[in-house]
Amino acid sequence: MIEFMIDGKKVRAQEGEFILPVALREGFDIPTLCHHETLGSDGRCRLCVVEVARGTRKRIVTSCLYQVAEGIEVSTNTPDVMLVRKSVIELLYARCPEAEVLQHLARKFGVEDVRYAKDHDKGKCILCNICIRTCAEIVGVSALGFSGKGMAKKVTTPFDEPSDACIACGACVVACPTGHIFMKDDKGVRTIWRKKFPLAQCPVCSRYHAPVEQLKYISKITNVPLETLMVCQDCK
Amino acid sequence: MIQSLDDLENIKKERDSQYRKHKKTVRICFGPGCQASGSRKIYELLKAELKSESLQSKVRVVTTGCHGLCERGPLVILNDDEIFYQSIGKRKAKAEEEIRLIINTIKTGEIADKLLMDSHEKGKKYTSVKEIPFYSFQKKIILNIVGKIDPEYIDEYIAHDGYKALFKALTTMKSDEILGWVQKSGLRGRGGGGFATGAKWKSCKEAHGSPKYILANGDEGDPGAFMDRVLMEGNPHAILEGMIIGGYTIGSNQGYIYVRDEYPLAVKRLSTAIEQARKQGLLGTNIFNTGFDFDIAIVRGGGAFVCGESTALMSSLEGKSGEPRAKYIHTVERGLWDKPSNLNNVETWACIPVIINNGWEWFASIGNEKNKGTKVFSLVGKVKNTGLVEVPIGATLRQIIYDIGGGIQDDREFKAVQTGGPSGGCIPKEYLETPIDFDTLRELGSMMGSGGMIVMDDRNCMVDVARYFLKFLVEESCGKCVPCREGTRRMLEIVERICDGEGKEEDIAHLEELGRAVNIGSLCGLGQSAANPVLSTLKYFMDEYEAHIKDKKCPAGVCKPLIHYTILENCTGCTLCARECPSNCITGEKKKLHTINQDKCIKCGMCYEVCKFGAVKVV
Repeated sequence: MIEFMIDGKKVRAQEGEFILPVALREGFDIPTLCHHETLGSDGRCRLCVVEVARGTRKRIVTSCLYQVAEGIEVSTNTPDVMLVRKSVIELLYARCPEAEVLQHLARKFGVEDVRYAKDHDKGKCILCNICIRTCAEIVGVSALGFSGKGMAKKVTTPFDEPSDACIACGACVVACPTGHIFMKDDKGVRTIWRKKFPLAQCPVCSRYHAPVEQLKYISKITNVPLETLMVCQDCK
Repeated sequence: MIQSLDDLENIKKERDSQYRKHKKTVRICFGPGCQASGSRKIYELLKAELKSESLQSKVRVVTTGCHGLCERGPLVILNDDEIFYQSIGKRKAKAEEEIRLIINTIKTGEIADKLLMDSHEKGKKYTSVKEIPFYSFQKKIILNIVGKIDPEYIDEYIAHDGYKALFKALTTMKSDEILGWVQKSGLRGRGGGGFATGAKWKSCKEAHGSPKYILANGDEGDPGAFMDRVLMEGNPHAILEGMIIGGYTIGSNQGYIYVRDEYPLAVKRLSTAIEQARKQGLLGTNIFNTGFDFDIAIVRGGGAFVCGESTALMSSLEGKSGEPRAKYIHTVERGLWDKPSNLNNVETWACIPVIINNGWEWFASIGNEKNKGTKVFSLVGKVKNTGLVEVPIGATLRQIIYDIGGGIQDDREFKAVQTGGPSGGCIPKEYLETPIDFDTLRELGSMMGSGGMIVMDDRNCMVDVARYFLKFLVEESCGKCVPCREGTRRMLEIVERICDGEGKEEDIAHLEELGRAVNIGSLCGLGQSAANPVLSTLKYFMDEYEAHIKDKKCPAGVCKPLIHYTILENCTGCTLCARECPSNCITGEKKKLHTINQDKCIKCGMCYEVCKFGAVKVV
């Protein structure tokens, strides 16, 4: 067990744990957009910055990636922490003015005035990487990735073309913290990432319940016959 | 195969006797600058001329790496007394005549005054390299044989005591002893951070995990910088030798050199060097019969500036996109493929054989208290002698810019020097006497970086300079973290607005605030210094920002929306400006005052450049 301080409160954590989950467990309020409890940390959004004092040395670190250590003093609310946090919120809000989660954060942290021209071509995507990691690490198909760098960076399928790897499972849509990813089911067809996928119709209740590609993929990795999977959860 | 010191000595002896067979030597600079100004053509012409004079067996023509004084290229240096012929073939029409003068010097010893460089004293010329202040003020320990040897032949390196340090290290020193030497030498990483090399090696040596990797960073990408390029092209074996010694010390058997693909000649030279070292048994298994194995592979970078950052470099090396990762766990513990990895800049690696050969005490005697050895700088911009210079760390800016660099072009006023590449900072003239080292530069709000130095005079607008570097950084930001990706772009918007004359008074405070957020909030070293061009110019040149914002003026006459050109009374009516004007907006009769039609003027500055009477003014 490691003991250290957060905003003057003594807390305990396991060795190897990062500050962010410990702080959240202890009831501290640290915002984050790219950390996901299933996927872990990535250090992209920089909202979760805190100030760590180790001996005489103080510095701003991302709490999602900084491992706890004996005797460190973590501050979640210093002027520098708030400078970075509010700057990030203002910058992201200007990038994605439609994103409710950013509107909410802006209100919460008192970012009333966005001093930059708002973007209208980025949708609600803050490039947090959660969809890409979900697709690769949880679903296991890696249909998504980043292309470009800097301001041209975006999440897309390889070469911006309809993906052969995508199984239309929609996990990316569920995981996305801002609701950027478009998915629509209509008349037995799911549209996602610019591709149309037929939905499987349950032979019992005739309900469209899952993309055929997703069922094929599950069948492949679990060896459950596809016919079994074609029956929806309710009719099994 | 080389297995002993005798083998090295024999190669050296053989080379020496070959050298003696030729009575004369001609060294032609094949560095990047000289090649760009046509040294390859000079080489071909000279070879042909020597052949027609039947001199080819008596004269050894060596194509070498960079000699440093790029401003005067193409450079041709004769014999051991180093007669310095410059700007050879720069004017194409004169090339053949100049070659004949060189041949004449070879045949008769008669020195061709025409080809020599002008000295400070009027009417006097410098004859040899030793007389030229550009060279005499330098101390070359890394570049000393760049410019002397043909880098495509391992024997040339061995003839200059190459691989002796490796022999010494492997056969007479324990790894702890070498580590001790590197620590005591005081060597600090030449890639920019200035981290103590010995301490890094120690951490990697002690780190758990296997295998361990030795990495060399040759991903130089700063605008105007070409130190690493010259080293890789001009003396590749020194880098290999340093890496092998590093591998032996740390306990690694595999090295990688990461080179940007925009340096095809560096890639070629390093590949040739690796091939030749393998053939001679200096890479591979059982080096010098010691049982130590080490090999090196080259990985070519895809052109992203951020890949010079250690963790992005490793991501790229792993075949992933070049995004940095947090370094709270150091790469010496978990680096390439999560294994302990020791990454040093190519220049740092080239210091290692020098330290082993001469002893740590010798190395530590160069430089100042906390900064040992020399540093290579690429000196560019508005300085007379642009080129590559190597000085003891701790030399002052004045020594570099004035004594070596020869001062400012056209003897104009020095305004600032930008050090440390795009995310470095601008240092004003008040600090010309500051000794330049890793710590002083950081205190001044800049950094050493890999050693780029861009000199600026009174015609450089510092807001425009900040805009230029910021634009570079916006384009090169990998886009992973928000402060760097979005922050630098918004800073650029503000600075562009100021350059366009639309700056608001609150912009300055906004830039300072956002700049600090970018610097403390970004993930990697690139983002953490990305605001420096703006913050350092705000710190030292606030008056220029204020002139742009409040007075809507660009004092240096650079920002086009804030200036216009006008013709003064002393116009002689020579009509030159009217003839050169691309938009035909200058009118006036011969020998009478000319005028500029401001509505049609595109502010290209051509009239200002061509006027011989100083009659065109920027307002």
